[in-house]
Amino acid sequence: MSEWIDVGAVDDVPTLGSRVVQAPGGDIAVFKAADGTLFALRDRCPHKGGPLSQGMVHGHSVTCPLHNWVISLKTGEAQGADHGCAHKIPLRVEGGRILLAASTLLARAA
Amino acid sequence: MPKKLVVIGNGMAAGRVLEEFFERAPRPYEATIFGAEPRVNYNRIMLSPVLSGEKAYEDILIHDDAWYETNGITLHRGKQVVQIDREAKRVTAADGTTADYDKLLIATGSVPFVVPIPGVNLPGVVTYRDLDDVNTMLAVARMGGRAVVIGGGLLGLEAAAGLKAQGMDVTVLHLMPTLMERQLDPSAGYLLQREMEERGIAVRCRANTHAVLGETHVTGVKLDDGTELPADVVVMAVGIRPNATLAKEAGLETNRGVLVGDDMRTSDPDVFSVGECVEHRGICYGLVAPLYEMAKVVAAQLSGDGKAVYTGSVTATKLKVTGIDLFSAGDFNEAKDGQDIVLRDVARGIYKRIVLKENRIVGAVLYGETADGSWFFDLMRKEADVSAMRDTLIFGQSYGGGSSLDPAATVAALPNDAEICGCNGVCKGKIVQTINDKGLSTLADVRAHTKASASCGTCTGLVEQVMALTLGDRFSRAATEPMCGCTDLGHDEVRRLIRAAGLKSIPAVMQELGWKTSCGCAKCRPALNYYLLCDWPEEYEDDGRSRYINERIHANIQKDGTYSVVPRMWGGLTNPRELRAIADVAEKYDIPTVKVTGGQRIDLLGVRKEDLPAVWADLNEAGMVSGHAYAKGLRTVKTCVGTEWCRFGTQDSTGLGVRIERFMWGSWTPAKVKMGVSGCPRNCAEATCKDVGVICVDSGFEIHFAGAAGLHIKGTQLLCKVAGEDECLEVIVALTQLYREQGHYLERMYKWADRVGVDAIRAIVVEDREKRRALFERFEISQRKAQIDPWAERAAGRDAHEFDPMANFSLAEAAE
Repeated sequence: MSEWIDVGAVDDVPTLGSRVVQAPGGDIAVFKAADGTLFALRDRCPHKGGPLSQGMVHGHSVTCPLHNWVISLKTGEAQGADHGCAHKIPLRVEGGRILLAASTLLARAA
Repeated sequence: MPKKLVVIGNGMAAGRVLEEFFERAPRPYEATIFGAEPRVNYNRIMLSPVLSGEKAYEDILIHDDAWYETNGITLHRGKQVVQIDREAKRVTAADGTTADYDKLLIATGSVPFVVPIPGVNLPGVVTYRDLDDVNTMLAVARMGGRAVVIGGGLLGLEAAAGLKAQGMDVTVLHLMPTLMERQLDPSAGYLLQREMEERGIAVRCRANTHAVLGETHVTGVKLDDGTELPADVVVMAVGIRPNATLAKEAGLETNRGVLVGDDMRTSDPDVFSVGECVEHRGICYGLVAPLYEMAKVVAAQLSGDGKAVYTGSVTATKLKVTGIDLFSAGDFNEAKDGQDIVLRDVARGIYKRIVLKENRIVGAVLYGETADGSWFFDLMRKEADVSAMRDTLIFGQSYGGGSSLDPAATVAALPNDAEICGCNGVCKGKIVQTINDKGLSTLADVRAHTKASASCGTCTGLVEQVMALTLGDRFSRAATEPMCGCTDLGHDEVRRLIRAAGLKSIPAVMQELGWKTSCGCAKCRPALNYYLLCDWPEEYEDDGRSRYINERIHANIQKDGTYSVVPRMWGGLTNPRELRAIADVAEKYDIPTVKVTGGQRIDLLGVRKEDLPAVWADLNEAGMVSGHAYAKGLRTVKTCVGTEWCRFGTQDSTGLGVRIERFMWGSWTPAKVKMGVSGCPRNCAEATCKDVGVICVDSGFEIHFAGAAGLHIKGTQLLCKVAGEDECLEVIVALTQLYREQGHYLERMYKWADRVGVDAIRAIVVEDREKRRALFERFEISQRKAQIDPWAERAAGRDAHEFDPMANFSLAEAAE
C-alpha cells in the first residue's frame, strides 16, 4: 500500500471552509485557509469533541462550533487560555490532489 | 423662595455655565432655559462628524432630558425669546411664554453670516450652524449631485469634507488666496488645499461669488469672473457674527457683540452674558475653549464669588476632518514681524512653523504631524522664554528633552499644569489627581469627572496616555469596546462607517477600516456579515463562511454533532397534515427525539447532518418551511386562542400573531427575536417577557417590548397603544427595523433599548410617523431577498458540499 492516499481534489474544499473525510478512526476535517493553504485535523475539538469541520476558519485557525475554542490548524493546539490539542493528520498536495498519510488515515484509533 | 435665574439660549456655553453652577452646592437659584432649537443641548462642534456620517446625533448629546429633570431646570425648547423687560425683570418668548428673573444670562450665541448677494434666499441655500442645517444637507446629499461651499475656513472645509463623504461632488469657493488664512500661513494653506483636492474636493481660491442662480430652487452659483458652477445645494460658511440683537433692543450696551466686563456682567449688573454673543475687551470668540473659560467665571459670579474674573483667552484650532492632522495656535496676521522657525518634509507632507517674538512663541502651525501641538500651545500660553531650546524647538518636546520619540514619554515629560484638553481647559495634573482621588479606570469615568476629551474628542489619545501613565497596568484602553481583537473600532463606529463610506463587502470593510488580521475572526466576521446584509439588502450577497454553523446549515448543532430541525408553525398553529408529515419524517430518518418547544412548535432532535436535505425536502412537501430556530432572526410569534375560542379574548390574537409571523419571517436581526400576542391581559401567550409582545384589550393593542426570559429575566416595557391591527403591525415592524439598524451584533433587543433609551426609540417609531413609515419600507425591501425558504434551497442542492463528506474510508481496512 502506498504511504499517501488521495482523498479528493484541492478544488473540492471551499476557501475559508472545510470538508470531511470519513475514516475508521473517526472523521478527519480538511481545511482551506484564505491563502489557499490546506490542513487536516481529526474532526474532534480537544475540549468536548465538537466537529471542528463545522467551525469558522480564519487566518490559520478554526473556531469550534460548540464552545468557541480557537484551534491552530497548523499544530492542532488550542489557542489563548485554553489547553488541548486536536490530532494533526499529515497532508500533501500533488497535482491538484489532496493526499493524507495512509498510516493515520486508516488507523483505528486516533 | 429661591431666586430665579433665566437663561436665554441653550447652547454649549449656557449648558456649561449651569453645569459649573450646579457643581457649586448649595443652589441659590431656580433655573429656566429658553432654547430656540426644539431639542436639548448638544455638542455643536461635533456637527461635522455627524455630517460625514461618522457620528449620530445621539452621540453628540451633552445633556439629555434626565439631566434637566435631575437639576430641576425648566427647559422651554423651540421657544425664542423676543423681548427682555429689564424694568419688570421679565423675558417674553415668541409664543407668549414669560419668565421672571432675578438674574438673567444672555447666551444667544452667533448667527451665520450670509453674504448679501442675489439669490441667497432660494431653497437649497443653507448655512452650517445647527442640527437642522446638517439634516437639510444630509437630505440633499442622499440624492447625490453637486454642492458648492462658500467659505474656505474651518467650518466650510468641514462641511465640504462631510458632503464629499456623503457622496456629493463638492467645490469650495474661497475669497482669499489661501484656505483658512486666519489660522494658517500660506504654506500650510497650500498643503491643506492639496489634501482637499486629493480627496476629490475642488477648491477655488480668490473666488468672489456674484450671485446664487435658480428660479424656484438653487441651480448654481455665478462668480465675479462670469464662471457659472452648477449646484444642487449651496452652503454658506463665510463666518459668524455675534447675535446681540436681543440685548441691544433691551438697551444693553453692545458693539459687535454684547459688551461685558471681566466679571462677565453686561451694562446691567443683573444681566450676564456668555459665549459667542459676547464682546470682551474688544474680542468676539468663535471657538469652544474661551466659552468654557467664560462659563466658569459666570458660574462663580452667580454663586456669589465676586472675585472671579475672565481676562481673555489664547486660542488654538484643530480641523475635525478625519485623516487631516492640522493644528494652529495664535494669529498669523498679527505675527508678521516675528521670527520664523520652519520644518518641511515635502515627501511626507509635513510642515511645521513656529513664530517667535522676543524669545516667546506667539504662533504655531503644525500640518501632517500635530503631536507636539499641546506642548507648543502650553509654552505659548505661559509666555515661556524658549531661547535655551531654540535650536531644537521645532523638533518637538521629545527631542528637546533628549528622550525617546515614544509618545508616552512625551506625555510623561509634560508638566502637571500642561493643558491636555483645550476645549475644557483641563491640565494634566487635574486628570492625574482625579484618577487617583476617585479611583477611576475608564475613559468614560475620566470624561465624566474631569470633562477632558468630552467636547471635540481630538485629545482622547492624550487623555488615554495620561491614564496609562497614572494607572500603569490597570489601564486598558477600552474607550469604545472594540468589536474584537482584529480592530480598535467599536460596533457603532463600524456600522456608521459601513454606511458613510459605502462599504459593501467584508474585504472592503477590512481594507478600508484597517483590520489588523487578514480575514477577521469568528467574532467580527458574523457581525460584519450581518451589518452588510442589513445595510445593503439588495446588493450584498450573504457570506456563508462568515456564519455560525447553525445559520450556515439552517439547523441547530447538538453536543454530539447531530442537528435539530424545527419547522415553522405559524402563530403556533398546526394541522393533521403537518403532524403526519412530522411523524413520517421522524420514523423514516430514525430521529430519536421529538419534543414540543417553548415557542409552540415541534423540535426533531438528533438528525444526522447528511440527512438534513432529505428531511427538509419531506417537510417542504407537506408545506412546511424553516422555523429559523437557529437564527439571529425572527424565531416565533407565540399566541393564545383569542376571540376565536376564548371566553375572555378581546381580539383575534392568533390571527394577528400569524399575520406578524407571515410578514416578518426570514428577517435577520442582531440577536434572536421572539414575539408573543396575548388576547387579553391574562396574558396566556406570556407576551410580556418577549422581545416584542402584544397585549390585546377591548380598545385596541398594547405594544410592549424589550423583555427576555433567558440568561436574564426581564419584563417588557410599554412602547405604545394603538387602535388597529394595521398600525400594530407597522409599529412592530418599524421597531424591529430600528433595532436591526442600531443593534450591535448579538445584542438582544432589551440591551439595545437600555443602551439607546426607550424614549429615543419611542420618539422615532411611535411619535414620528414619517420615520416609522420609512423604517417599515426599509424592512419591506430587505424582506424581498430574505423571505426565501433556506430549506427548499438546500433540498434543491445548494451548498451540497456542506452535507456530503468528501471521501469515505470508514470501512477501509485498518493499517495496523
